[in-house]
Amino acid sequence: MRTAAALAAAALLATGLTACGGGGESGAPTLKWYVYHEPSGAFAEAAAACTKAAGGKYSIKPVDLPNNADEQREQLVRRLAAHDGSIDIIGMDVIWTAEFAEAGWIKPFPASEADAVSKGRLKPAVKSGTFQHKLFAAPFNSNAEMLWYRTDLTKDPPKTWNDVLTQAAALRKAGKPDQILGQGQRYEGLVVWFTSLLESAGGHVLSADGTKVSLKQGPTEKALRIMRDISRSPSTPANFATAREDDGRLAWEKGGAAFMTNYSFVWPSANTNAPDIAKNMRWARFPAVDAGTPSKVAIGGFNLGVGGYSKHPDLAFQAVSCLVGEKNQIVNATKGGLLPVSQSLYDNKELTDATTDATVDGKTVKVRSFPYADVIKQELADAVVRPQTPYYNDVSLAIARTLHPTKGIDPAKDAKRLRDAVTRALKGEGLL
Amino acid sequence: MTAIPATGGVELARTGETKPEATPRVAMTSRARSERKLGWMLCAPAVTVMLLVTAYPIGYAIWLSLQRYDLRFPNDHAFVGLRNYGAVLGNSLWWQDLTNTLVITVLSVVIELVLGFLLAFVMHRAIFGRAVVRSSVLVPYGIITVVAAFAWRFAFDPTTGFVNGLLGTNRSWFTERWSSYFVIIFTEVWKTTPFMSLLLLAGFTLVPNDAVDAARVDGAGAYQRLRYIIIPLMKPAILVALLFRTLDAFRIFDTIYVQTRGAQDTESVSIIGYQTLISRLNLGLGSAVSVLIFACVLIIAFAFVKGFGTNLAQQRGESP
Repeated sequence: MRTAAALAAAALLATGLTACGGGGESGAPTLKWYVYHEPSGAFAEAAAACTKAAGGKYSIKPVDLPNNADEQREQLVRRLAAHDGSIDIIGMDVIWTAEFAEAGWIKPFPASEADAVSKGRLKPAVKSGTFQHKLFAAPFNSNAEMLWYRTDLTKDPPKTWNDVLTQAAALRKAGKPDQILGQGQRYEGLVVWFTSLLESAGGHVLSADGTKVSLKQGPTEKALRIMRDISRSPSTPANFATAREDDGRLAWEKGGAAFMTNYSFVWPSANTNAPDIAKNMRWARFPAVDAGTPSKVAIGGFNLGVGGYSKHPDLAFQAVSCLVGEKNQIVNATKGGLLPVSQSLYDNKELTDATTDATVDGKTVKVRSFPYADVIKQELADAVVRPQTPYYNDVSLAIARTLHPTKGIDPAKDAKRLRDAVTRALKGEGLL
Repeated sequence: MTAIPATGGVELARTGETKPEATPRVAMTSRARSERKLGWMLCAPAVTVMLLVTAYPIGYAIWLSLQRYDLRFPNDHAFVGLRNYGAVLGNSLWWQDLTNTLVITVLSVVIELVLGFLLAFVMHRAIFGRAVVRSSVLVPYGIITVVAAFAWRFAFDPTTGFVNGLLGTNRSWFTERWSSYFVIIFTEVWKTTPFMSLLLLAGFTLVPNDAVDAARVDGAGAYQRLRYIIIPLMKPAILVALLFRTLDAFRIFDTIYVQTRGAQDTESVSIIGYQTLISRLNLGLGSAVSVLIFACVLIIAFAFVKGFGTNLAQQRGESP
């Protein structure tokens, strides 16, 4: 009985019978912007600013999606597969572009708007919004992992993953905090780590057109060996196989760690929760695989697309052009801590001089919000995009499943297994 | 949902107690016939609604499972016959996950049965504060599964949890297979033992005190009274409880999803279904997985109901 009900629910879900609220329209159309709830209110501010700038042509209304990217995708897909015309603008994770474009759930940008929203933007960010040579999503904000370290433990930050291991071993011998923190759980974070290592080693997951598997033996083995060695290091905590970004942040603030690869959200958090550690906390470029070649990290962040069934696509493209404008990017950065996609903004005073309040010994002090702007600007300029294929979810699942737990990796054998798994994923057939 | 098995158990047991009819095979009287007709008419509306809300979606899922149908490629569907089933059944992942599911099901249901029996016994025998005992036992069952799963995940976490401190270890529970199983089964047992004990409590009330007293007078010890009087009389209630818990446990999803996301070889069949259907948007393949899960559930239910039939017949004194 309950099974039957569950099946009923699944079938209903599959047909996409989810009700969609139709809005009464009078005068200027209201464009609905489906995006996750941004707690600082930066998105709401951008929507209001662009509504005002439109001078009565349209108004933008943000509609909240869940905070978790997988859940956002689930909700959007259900609506879009049912041709929901009320979705005008979509806040999209950088990895969704190919899937949404292939299915017709988002529209390609007309040439003039495409130029406007890609001019002066970080190249990898623009690439993440492009599918089959057309721009489908405008870069909105960006992010990438850096290496965080502590000046009270490390004078010279490690340049390569091997340096990370040797420096941690030395700290361990000296009886100092030596933990290496990263993301080892079976989820998207593991795919980010693997992609960054593989690309830094000169390999790629897919061929340039995204239709065939690449994963050449040499670079793949190199990347896998690093993953295994880091996971087996005595400095890596025992719960690495379940660690995500936030577990890393919490462990870092406890003070037992020397190195951590993580996103920039750890900076304001440490300043608030652990000022004693934050005062010695520094950042460096994500470690390289080979000493001579700078690392390439997988880019993160959000793009804005226009819904494939929107009733006002022209206005929606105009609205997106406004929302991703540089003024809004600065608001997103200073208010919400979201990094811009316009390269020049990383040298802009409004951003480099921005401060956040932190509490040290009961007193409020000002801390620079983006002291790492230089480092991340370089990193983002050289960043890589995760595999661009409509089967991204399948590919990601195949990578995470094959490599987890990273402690057990056998580089030569697993490089082959990985190739087989990704090949299966690209066919979209069979269980993964 | 909880009310159905309880009353069901009582009903079945009562039928079990009635004296065998003198001539069970004679033609029905006209009164019996019209009573039966009335019965059908009374339940017709419910049956119609049930058919509407369950038969259609089940049929649709079966139809989908015979197609190549991926939401991401809306123009590429085709009828592929049983190919999706071949793809699922021919993959070692399905069999691995089916084994995982069965291990979790059997272990958690057995532990729940033993603990539930003890709890039911305590509740049955409690002389004072009976209401307090009964409602406090029910607290874990009142907690939403996802919340319980998160609570225990945090409790067993090496940095935020209290369990390691309590046991004086430094174990990372979710990084190894057997310890992940332990936490998942522990969470399931903690959460659903109260349900089991409630169903069994209903069974205890069926055991007439006279029978137990008579056995005592005849010199039966505590174990003999349990083994030869109480358990046989409770059998229908025990089977109902086992059936419902097994069906529930087989479809385990929330606890695993929250605690390990299926890593460390703890993945259940429902998780593959979720991944194929919701995450990969492959409706054809995902529906095949759902239909196979449904088939497994039917097999389990059939096996239990078969078990019932023979038991009822024995209790009625008919030859099996």
